[in-house]
Amino acid sequence: MAMCSRAAAAIRRRGGVALAPPHARAMASLFGHVEPAPKDPILGVTEAFLADPSPDKVNVGVGAYRDDNGQPVVLDCVREAERRIAGNLNMEYLPMGGSIKMIDESLKLAYGEDSEFIKDKRIAAVQALSGTGACRLFADFQRRFLPDSQIYIPTPTWSNHHNIWRDAQVPQRTFTYYHPESRGLDFAGLMDDVKNAPNGSFFLLHACAHNPTGVDPTEEQWREISYQFKVKNHIPFFDMAYQGFASGDPERDAKAIRIFLEDGHQIGCAQSYAKNMGLYGQRAGCLSILCEDEMQAVAVKSQLQQIARPMYSNPPVHGSLVVSIILNDPELKSLWLKEVKGMADRIIGMRKALKENLEQLGSPLSWDHITNQIGMFCYSGMTPEQVDRLTNEYHIYMTRNGRISMAGVTTGNVAYLANAIHEVTKTK
Amino acid sequence: MASSSVFAGLAQAPEDPILGVTVAYNKDPSPVKVNLGVGAYRTEEGKPLVLDVVRRAEQMLINNPSRVKEYLPITGLAEFNKLSAKLIFGTDSPAIQESRVATVQCLSGTGSLRVGGEFLARHYHERTIYIPQPTWGNHPKVFTLAGLTVRSYRYYDPATRGLDFQGLLEDLSSAPSGAIVLLHACAHNPTGVDPTLDQWEQIRQLMRSKSLLPFFDSAYQGFASGSLDKDAQSVRMFVADGGELLMAQSYAKNMGLYGERVGALSIVCGSADVAVRVESQLKLVIRPMYSNPPIHGASIVATILKDSDMFNEWTVELKGMADRIISMRQQLFDALKTRGTPGDWSHIIKQIGMFTFTGLNSDQVAFMRQEYHIYMTSDGRISMAGLSTRTIPHLSDAIHAAVTKLK
Repeated sequence: MAMCSRAAAAIRRRGGVALAPPHARAMASLFGHVEPAPKDPILGVTEAFLADPSPDKVNVGVGAYRDDNGQPVVLDCVREAERRIAGNLNMEYLPMGGSIKMIDESLKLAYGEDSEFIKDKRIAAVQALSGTGACRLFADFQRRFLPDSQIYIPTPTWSNHHNIWRDAQVPQRTFTYYHPESRGLDFAGLMDDVKNAPNGSFFLLHACAHNPTGVDPTEEQWREISYQFKVKNHIPFFDMAYQGFASGDPERDAKAIRIFLEDGHQIGCAQSYAKNMGLYGQRAGCLSILCEDEMQAVAVKSQLQQIARPMYSNPPVHGSLVVSIILNDPELKSLWLKEVKGMADRIIGMRKALKENLEQLGSPLSWDHITNQIGMFCYSGMTPEQVDRLTNEYHIYMTRNGRISMAGVTTGNVAYLANAIHEVTKTK
Repeated sequence: MASSSVFAGLAQAPEDPILGVTVAYNKDPSPVKVNLGVGAYRTEEGKPLVLDVVRRAEQMLINNPSRVKEYLPITGLAEFNKLSAKLIFGTDSPAIQESRVATVQCLSGTGSLRVGGEFLARHYHERTIYIPQPTWGNHPKVFTLAGLTVRSYRYYDPATRGLDFQGLLEDLSSAPSGAIVLLHACAHNPTGVDPTLDQWEQIRQLMRSKSLLPFFDSAYQGFASGSLDKDAQSVRMFVADGGELLMAQSYAKNMGLYGERVGALSIVCGSADVAVRVESQLKLVIRPMYSNPPIHGASIVATILKDSDMFNEWTVELKGMADRIISMRQQLFDALKTRGTPGDWSHIIKQIGMFTFTGLNSDQVAFMRQEYHIYMTSDGRISMAGLSTRTIPHLSDAIHAAVTKLK
């Protein structure tokens, strides 16, 4: 129906008369002027992949984990948690701020089991609709209580970050991050931008496994960034969508956050369980803001709830039950840690395999960045034209910025993928 | 020492008036306390209820090992969307057959209202929405934050405890052409007062003559009368005239899925072409809010709606809930009559749905909380779902005392 109506519109534009479908009413619409929205750049890739009939097709577009057979995975710890929920628990409304149990466990993961901030009740935290929802609550909160503030966003970043702060009506600026020549971090450029930003600016930082580049600062670099933030009184907002998924160790992946906490920053943090617990569609996440004291934390939490209430009233219960059950049960938590490490290890293995394959093919280029980068994504350095060739000639689907989702790479397709990449990059 | 926070001057938000009632109730140690505050169904034993058919659907989902938990599309579960549109508009609805309905899964009624409001603020030429006086406490905030200006139209008549129909018609008549009008599809919250079908027809004619855009909030389909079709009549009347409207649907109460946050926003458009473009723009509202909606509750709903046995089972359980509430109304009315409580209490059995607007004033409400441990919102709204045969005598004693001792 969609194609037909678009064709009809095209005919009309060219001055011809389109034959209206038989049952269409010629009713004037109050929404007749509404433009078709552009497709989402990331999600549009999977749509195109699904439509491709080729048996060789490879989807290294969307960032959802796949096992070595290219299949989506439900973790065993999640299956067990769901077995415990079904038939046993009711579906009553959660409080506006969400599940206290889930929040408590989430804070321990991000801030540390023995965090003094947790003990002192200084963290305002609410359950949120995965990472997106957590970022949006923070952006709306920033708009309401600091209407003159803006947010600095790294270049590049997950494209939806720009949409979130735009819809929250918080002005955004960018800061230097990725260094195309080295396919690594432009640390000097980053520090310049940090120093040149007005004092007290808000900065969005990817806690680990930067999306889309996979390029993370080293520990030493994080310390320097944190120090400069102190000098400038900047406020760090961490988006942590891959804790555990980057190195395989959640404690290690939270290192940047812990450094900033040690240095006395009052951080904001968005956490997501979409990837590290495979809960994607359950929309399970948490937003936290470290405050001066307990009283302020209570006030901030109450205000975050006031933002959630007119958006969705209270967050979905199912995902929060899965998270709480797993993290509260030592055996299940242990199983989860094992499974998360398994996913991270498979990805690290595929990075190694892809790089080795390219080297064996005699590629003239350096592919060190494939194993230097971390997390689900590899910023290959390929141009949009090269990506288009991969899609058109080899049925390989990825976003046109050259981002490869390593989770889509398997022992079954890594050679094919390496060969295709080699073919489109060997000249130039 | 921690440095001064940028949020140092921030004040604590006032407690939500509706949820605050339950907070106070929970603190009360009295063995005779009754919670008539929040609108979640309770059994005769005062317990929350998960429908049998929902439990069945849950098990089916668990037992299916091939089920995964990937992201839904931005617009949600496609099957759920189609089935939801059929449920509210009717399976034979011409709007559906002509592909003129854009439906997106949202977070229950609240989420559907917010997404619809944001869409209108961006794409509709009129930014004013008229909401009934009174209405659910969250409505004004939802629409204001969506970017609309909120005005009200007369609705409830305290003198009759019924509909102020003249006032309603006058206020809608003087609304600017094209203004948006929020309509409760059935079981008006908080009053329980609904227009008759004749009155709905008059409202429809008036609205269409002034190009007022209807935005329906349907939170109680099937829950009000016990019949899904009957409770959708007001909506279907508007669709039948070929006009456009917005519809926010919730499965919180009628399927007992409260915390799963299951709902749908449908926009009935003038043509299929417009519906496609409208849907694409709805995605742009949703993506920066939460990317895509939660999968669990919608999967349960789709499982039930697409299986005719399970659908029928659902209608039986739904009617059971509605019947229990209707029975509570009758019992409360009878109890007050028996006690000879002064005043006309017929509104208790005339009003429909989960709530009764008792007509008690805030002093009387406070008295009932103090002396009888009865918890309700200060506007005198009681949730009939919170009553049982066992607690009716206590409540009617309390009302009797409040009405005779205080004015």
